[in-house]
Amino acid sequence: MHELSVTQSVLDIALANAGARKIKQVNLVIGQFSSIVDDSVQFYWDMITKGTPAQGSLLHFERIAGEMTCRRCGHVFHPTDETFDCPSCSSPLVKISKGEEFQVDSIDVE
Amino acid sequence: MTTRIPIVENILSANDRIADRNRVLLDEKGVYSINIMASPGAGKTSFILKTLEALKGRLKLGVIEGDLATSIDAEKAMAAGLPAVQINTGGGCHLDAVMLADALPALPLSDLDLVLVENVGNLVCPANFQIGTHLNVLIASIPEGDDKPYKYPGMYRGVQVLIINKTDLMPYVTFNMSYFIKGVEALNPDVTIFPVSCKSGEGMDAWADWLTEKVRAGNQG
Ligand SMILES: [Zn+2]
Repeated sequence: MHELSVTQSVLDIALANAGARKIKQVNLVIGQFSSIVDDSVQFYWDMITKGTPAQGSLLHFERIAGEMTCRRCGHVFHPTDETFDCPSCSSPLVKISKGEEFQVDSIDVE
Repeated sequence: MTTRIPIVENILSANDRIADRNRVLLDEKGVYSINIMASPGAGKTSFILKTLEALKGRLKLGVIEGDLATSIDAEKAMAAGLPAVQINTGGGCHLDAVMLADALPALPLSDLDLVLVENVGNLVCPANFQIGTHLNVLIASIPEGDDKPYKYPGMYRGVQVLIINKTDLMPYVTFNMSYFIKGVEALNPDVTIFPVSCKSGEGMDAWADWLTEKVRAGNQG
């Protein structure tokens, strides 16, 4: 899967912002509609951080649930993987309002 | 003591910057480009071959091959008189912007109208990685089932064109077209949809005409 290149990008961003300081933790914000497997990122993380200021650091995943907003009645809901229809008025006219996040939010350094 | 440094940067921002550079290069050369993505078995290879056939004589075409598993052989494309480049993804699951940046100079861009990029066959990864093409195209197919937009929202979200292939199988497969389209349009209200059958050729003209218009308009602007 694409987790190796994603993990490399996370490390590049973390190192660029850490300066010479040692990185303790990297805080990620990942929405439900951004596909990424935590365990696999952590696995690559331990491998590629060896010998860098991020060696031994932790990855923290903040998951944002997918959220849709009905364009007809304004109802906000979490879609299932079977239908995106508004559970309040059944309208199929909805838009994604949360869940596309794919960010390095912050790093903890010492 | 631990200090928190706020960053708030998109994880793939470096990739996206390179993608932007690819698009600038293509624009400078007056070349339009499309990125063709699909799940395995959607009929990507035959769709691309049919597209090349339909556009031959109308547009000057080049091909970039990113899919080792099901690709139209780069040599086959070259034998048909088309300049082609094969990208070795090293078993990777998607093309990224750097791979395209490396491949583009191998094509005679100044002589081309359209570059067609065949991405790796997979419904999860390619959607995350912009490569710098003007148009992202997804091929879905009837036998894959009508629930795909609900299962792979990211992929359906990131494309401008959706090809629904194998429409000749509609009578034989349970596929609720309106349920499928409803899921697609919730995620992506602006998407342009072309139902086609690579087998019978149905719908291919409409797609080829639309793309030709798009390329000509793009190259003028
Ligand atoms: Zn509603």
